[in-house]
Amino acid sequence: MKTPAPEAATGSARSEEEAPDPAPGKSGEREASFTTISGRPIDRLYTRQSLAGWDEARDLGEPGQFPYTRGIHPTGYRGKPWTMRQFSGFGTPEETNLRYKHLLAAGGTGLSVAFDLPTLMGRDPDHELSRGEVGKCGVSIASLADMETLFDGISLADITTSMTINSPAPMLFAMYLVVAEQQGADWRTISGTIQNDILKEFIAQKEYIYPPRPSMRLITDVFGFSAAQVPKWNTISVSGYHIREAGATALQELAFTLRDGVEYVQYGVDAGLDVDQFVPRISFFFNAHSDFFEELAKYRAARKIWAHVMRDRFGAKSERSWKLRFHTQTAGVSLTAQQPYNNVVRVALQALSAVLGGTQSLHTNSLDEALALPTAEAATLALRTQQIIAHESGVAHAVDPLGGSFFLEKLTLDMEKGALDYFDTIDRMGGMVAAIERGFPQREIADSAYRYQQAVERKEKIVVGVNRFVEQGDRGVPILSIDEAAAARQIERLHALRRDRDHGRVRTALDDLKRAAEGTANTMTPLVEAARAYATVGEMCDALRDVWGEYEEQPMI
Amino acid sequence: MSKIRVVIAKPGLDGHDRGAKVIARALRDAGMEVIYTGLRQTPLQIVSAAIQEDADVIGLSILSGAHNHICPEVMRLLKEKGLDDVMVVVGGIIPDLDVTRLAEVGIHGVFRPGTSMQEIIDYITSHVRSRAETV
Repeated sequence: MKTPAPEAATGSARSEEEAPDPAPGKSGEREASFTTISGRPIDRLYTRQSLAGWDEARDLGEPGQFPYTRGIHPTGYRGKPWTMRQFSGFGTPEETNLRYKHLLAAGGTGLSVAFDLPTLMGRDPDHELSRGEVGKCGVSIASLADMETLFDGISLADITTSMTINSPAPMLFAMYLVVAEQQGADWRTISGTIQNDILKEFIAQKEYIYPPRPSMRLITDVFGFSAAQVPKWNTISVSGYHIREAGATALQELAFTLRDGVEYVQYGVDAGLDVDQFVPRISFFFNAHSDFFEELAKYRAARKIWAHVMRDRFGAKSERSWKLRFHTQTAGVSLTAQQPYNNVVRVALQALSAVLGGTQSLHTNSLDEALALPTAEAATLALRTQQIIAHESGVAHAVDPLGGSFFLEKLTLDMEKGALDYFDTIDRMGGMVAAIERGFPQREIADSAYRYQQAVERKEKIVVGVNRFVEQGDRGVPILSIDEAAAARQIERLHALRRDRDHGRVRTALDDLKRAAEGTANTMTPLVEAARAYATVGEMCDALRDVWGEYEEQPMI
Repeated sequence: MSKIRVVIAKPGLDGHDRGAKVIARALRDAGMEVIYTGLRQTPLQIVSAAIQEDADVIGLSILSGAHNHICPEVMRLLKEKGLDDVMVVVGGIIPDLDVTRLAEVGIHGVFRPGTSMQEIIDYITSHVRSRAETV
């Protein structure tokens, strides 16, 4: 099933006759048609007439007021600037701990943990499937012992930490809470985020373990546990980032992400939770891609849609439930291996769109990331890019400085309409879990990815240094190489841990976890105890694999 | 001449399959017979798929940095099963230094970010030795 070609349908329908004619006819233009990077047609000029049906009070409103098109804070960044949160992690916990201290010393204002693939997939470093992967894409965290090392000398009471972890999110969250407890930090006041967004894993990034329905149960368990015990923690970061990286258009990113958000809220409500208790802790995560105005429209439409859905569909009473808060990361997929210094410029423009779109926190990619994980120098330059935007450009002085632009408001309206059309399609399928089970978002994204690649091949979309302005013999950049000894060290440490811990306590905790999973008790309680007992990520995940089995997707091209 | 038969595989734990799927479609649209294995295939599963599908080409998509572990293992198994004539190409995030290492273990071509689909199609078409012809 396909939605009625949303990009085209919501594109400009304005005819040449209605438009004022500032140029001497079509023949004066260098292209037959102009489109965004997502393929949405763009008119020559936008005027008041482009905004038929648009109402300034209703659609734009005031910053800090429903529907928050102009942002969730009345003062924008004049009160508090966005958090500069650089995603980072590699090798052993010791190496990553040093990188964190470096980033904080350089003026970073939050931490963001990148885990390696074995951790993300709930496998211990010595598992057969972990071979070659330990510490490669992120830091290897196998147990509480590794988590203690990761945050050694960093006060969890004074910093917020974001952890990019999904299927094993409850396990890593439990370990983080125990480290906080050891440091004497109060669970009721600490804050941070776990990504914990399994739907986009099925849709895009494919780091799932269990089938969709038990996976959703784990998430609602985290919602319930946190509402009661860690009330300032952001329990989920509903992510469009990976959906976009997998090839979605801006509109598909917006629509699928917000519809995922709706699905989580529905599951929470169905689990008996009160909307205004858990929804304020739901946050979002968007991509900042290269088409500047399209991205701006996406962030603004996202806030507006969420406010309406929470108030009107779910009857949320608290303004905190209506406000969509989001993190942004610049588009990894837009980075090129060719002429890598060009990436600095791409990242700066993408970051600017996120800031003008009102992001709460931002990660800027490093220039070398089409080649490897970033070096410390490249990561510092990426952070400096944010600091220059914040402190030199002046764009953060006024709230939503581009609000009221005919072009931007028209794009925002069309984004909203296109997303709501997708909502209808997915609602008709029975919701997002059902849509995923029949492969709908996966197919839409794969189609868009292929269409974009074809446009690049035909040079309808230009990528500087790749299909135009190509240079022979690229200037190389220094590359971070991951010490192959990291894996051996992690395995050795794991074996020592398994030898020395209290075996009876581990076994009891894992048995309690299984019993909770088989029944309806909240799984977070036995997970925290398992973390305290130094059970490994692999052991905790295996206990649930025994109960729920593993998910396998049907290969489809 | 019969169609070129290609097995596209995603080895390792990584699930980023955009590249694998885009190239699978492009090769299919270019007239090749494409079999996509899906995610998280071990080297042995990939080689078995190549045997079963009578593949002329294996395309491995690796973005996680595990290529130095996976590629030599795939090549060793191919040799062991007497499939030395299957052409193996790799796409993904591969640093300069490792391109040479992969060539040394017998990887035929390495395609990094920014490579056009046409370049890969042309490379395979001009370098493949059709197993149908040699049998």
